[in-house]
Amino acid sequence: MRCRLRIRILLIATMTVPAIPIVLAAQRQNRPVVIASKPFGESYLLAEMFSQLLESRGFRVDRKPGLGATEIAFGALRTDAIDAYPEYTGTGLIAILHDTLPDSVAADPRAVFAHVARRFANLYRVRWLPPLGFQNTYAIAVTRSTSSRYHLRTLSDLARESSHLTAGFTADFIGRSDGLVGLSRVYGLRPRAVRPLAPAVKYQALASGAVDVIDGYSTDGLLARYDLVTLIDDKHFFPPYEAAALVSSRLDSQVPGAIAALTLLSGRLDEKTMRQLNRRVEVDGEDVRRVAGDELVALGLTGAAHDAQAAPSAWKSGFVEYLWDRRATIAALTVRHLELVAFALFAAVIIAVPLGLGLERTRRIAEPTIGALGVLQTIPSIALLAFMIPLLGVGVAPALVALGLYALYPIARGTYTGVRDADPDAVAAAEALGTTPTQRLLWVRLPLAAPVIMAGIRTAAVITVGAATLAAFIGAGGLGEPIVAGLALADTRMILSGALPAAALALAVDGILAIVELLVTPAHRRKRFWRRRTEGPDVTIAPAV
Amino acid sequence: MPISLAARNVLHRFGNVVALDDVSIDIPAGRATALVGESGSGKTTLLRCFNRLVEPDRGQVMVGDKDVRTQSPVSLRRGIGYVQQHGGLLPHWRVLRNVELVPTLQHMPDSADAARRALELVGLSSSQFGSRFPHELSGGQRQRVALARSIAARPGVILLDEPFGALDAISRAELQESFDNLRHDLAVTTLLVTHDLAEAGRLAEEVVVMRKGRIEQRGSMRDLIRAPATDYVARLIDRARAGLEALRA
Repeated sequence: MRCRLRIRILLIATMTVPAIPIVLAAQRQNRPVVIASKPFGESYLLAEMFSQLLESRGFRVDRKPGLGATEIAFGALRTDAIDAYPEYTGTGLIAILHDTLPDSVAADPRAVFAHVARRFANLYRVRWLPPLGFQNTYAIAVTRSTSSRYHLRTLSDLARESSHLTAGFTADFIGRSDGLVGLSRVYGLRPRAVRPLAPAVKYQALASGAVDVIDGYSTDGLLARYDLVTLIDDKHFFPPYEAAALVSSRLDSQVPGAIAALTLLSGRLDEKTMRQLNRRVEVDGEDVRRVAGDELVALGLTGAAHDAQAAPSAWKSGFVEYLWDRRATIAALTVRHLELVAFALFAAVIIAVPLGLGLERTRRIAEPTIGALGVLQTIPSIALLAFMIPLLGVGVAPALVALGLYALYPIARGTYTGVRDADPDAVAAAEALGTTPTQRLLWVRLPLAAPVIMAGIRTAAVITVGAATLAAFIGAGGLGEPIVAGLALADTRMILSGALPAAALALAVDGILAIVELLVTPAHRRKRFWRRRTEGPDVTIAPAV
Repeated sequence: MPISLAARNVLHRFGNVVALDDVSIDIPAGRATALVGESGSGKTTLLRCFNRLVEPDRGQVMVGDKDVRTQSPVSLRRGIGYVQQHGGLLPHWRVLRNVELVPTLQHMPDSADAARRALELVGLSSSQFGSRFPHELSGGQRQRVALARSIAARPGVILLDEPFGALDAISRAELQESFDNLRHDLAVTTLLVTHDLAEAGRLAEEVVVMRKGRIEQRGSMRDLIRAPATDYVARLIDRARAGLEALRA
């Protein structure tokens, strides 16, 4: 239900393109269970609990944390790219099914669960496991002083006083029919002003008095930290958002016993527990693995305490030590990042350089074609990644395709421009003296255009290093993984542990390609410098006319 | 072996502009002919018909006894020397390799030797200049290299399009002299495009004055001066003469 970054068209596309059945019979016996999460703290935590629970029962688990948002996570589940992730019934009802229920049914969590579970099974052959035991609904929150000054207890009270108050809502919430639009309709809520705020700054904005009311989530750890008052939804406007594991159709047949293991968590987590666990992760900055492991032990579901990757010492020490402790992880992520960049770039070069050369021969269509590639650049990366899921699932393949598409433009543009503008006199003379078009390309145009082409490739490479951090949203790994997780968990050090190596990587890639650029620069341009230095004054260099 | 050139009723348009208007001309083998005129007179277009850089809309163009359309442009051009105003040397190739271009294209076994000989013929020592890049030469030296490139494979005909147009006066005079000696030594047919009547008179046995896509007059420089066929030719001569007299005064 959180992070409802929604692009309805994408969702429709995701659901209408038939899933490509990827059934690898040979791997059925001992394949890992793929557990995913959406990119926010509670989802990470629940997915980690699913994973550790399965591992304690002898299953192998492949973790894909932080998948984009609802569209991407659910799209991945429908296409069997993942096996399970935590979801909320209200999200299923509104964001996926787009169903509206009669008020009597909508107010009853059990009825909503039954409706959603039945519809998902029929429409998508996807299974909701019994709810985990808590709801995470929208929580419209004010500070304790605002609450007492205006006598606010319910949303009806808020609506009465709303003309005096400034609201700070997430952009998503402002536009949704089950957000501000609906609240205005049902309660008559009309705030004095509405400020769109990023989730990460909402609580600080409220605490500092910049806004008077925010939208939060009932299990947010920060609600307790800032001692906020959650207003009661007295007209039952919000549907129930019961958390549960959403499981793919094939898991039961391919990994027998996995569903039974996951069901052990059903009904075991109440709202108070979740708020505490979220607080440990989001406010205290504890390691997700450790918090999840502790809770499983507390519930009696696992025995031994989980080894939490040296979390306590890392937390107390400085940033450098933190990086040092995570060096193996960072190195592995960096290697993966480089692999993504290298393969995507290679593919883009293979396509865009010949394309640019071809366009130079058919100049009439050159600008429209390159313009179209430019338009491709304006598609938001996350949307392009979401488009890929019905076709390619989640993971490395769709990330490579998306990154490759982004790299096409600068390379094609550089190639076309470089070859087009290569010394027209030299090209004309070569033609007049009887060279074939191929000879002119290989002997004249390409060598003279090489530095410009290489500059295009350099630009593409640096862009790709940056864009590849988004690949984490579709489970392709790389340095985006700690960035996405760190953003979700409000953990600056975690963000930096991905962002700093990514920045260093961009500089390194740029530097290496600068050397390549120098190497492909035609000798007469490099030579000017060396000749002056080595041959000294006995050679007179005539000025160019 | 010098080769003759001929154009018969050649007509060519660029869009609505008539560049060549029913032009016919015969250029005997071994002779030096200059096409003179202002920009837009059609002189360069006519020149470029002979190596198929321009394909005329109508009419026949002959190189030797063959219609140019019976040969592929590539093989036709390899047999014709060509020099353009801004030499068009390949900037990333050293001088010797530039000069070697056409011999290499013709798969001559001793192409490097041919290139060295051509450099010496235009007055450049191959040991001194052969390994330089074009940008390390003066403008006059670059045009010499371009000239060497056009003769390295010993073609029967050389087409020159304002070859000395971008040079300072001294380099220009030196290069004109070298060219004049060279073409007599090589016994080659040359067709020179220039806007400079004095240059035409100095280098060519026959001068062809062109205007608006047509030939105004052709003949030796002496013929032109003695009996200009049109007012335009007379004006052209007067202007050239006025330039010279300004120098004498």
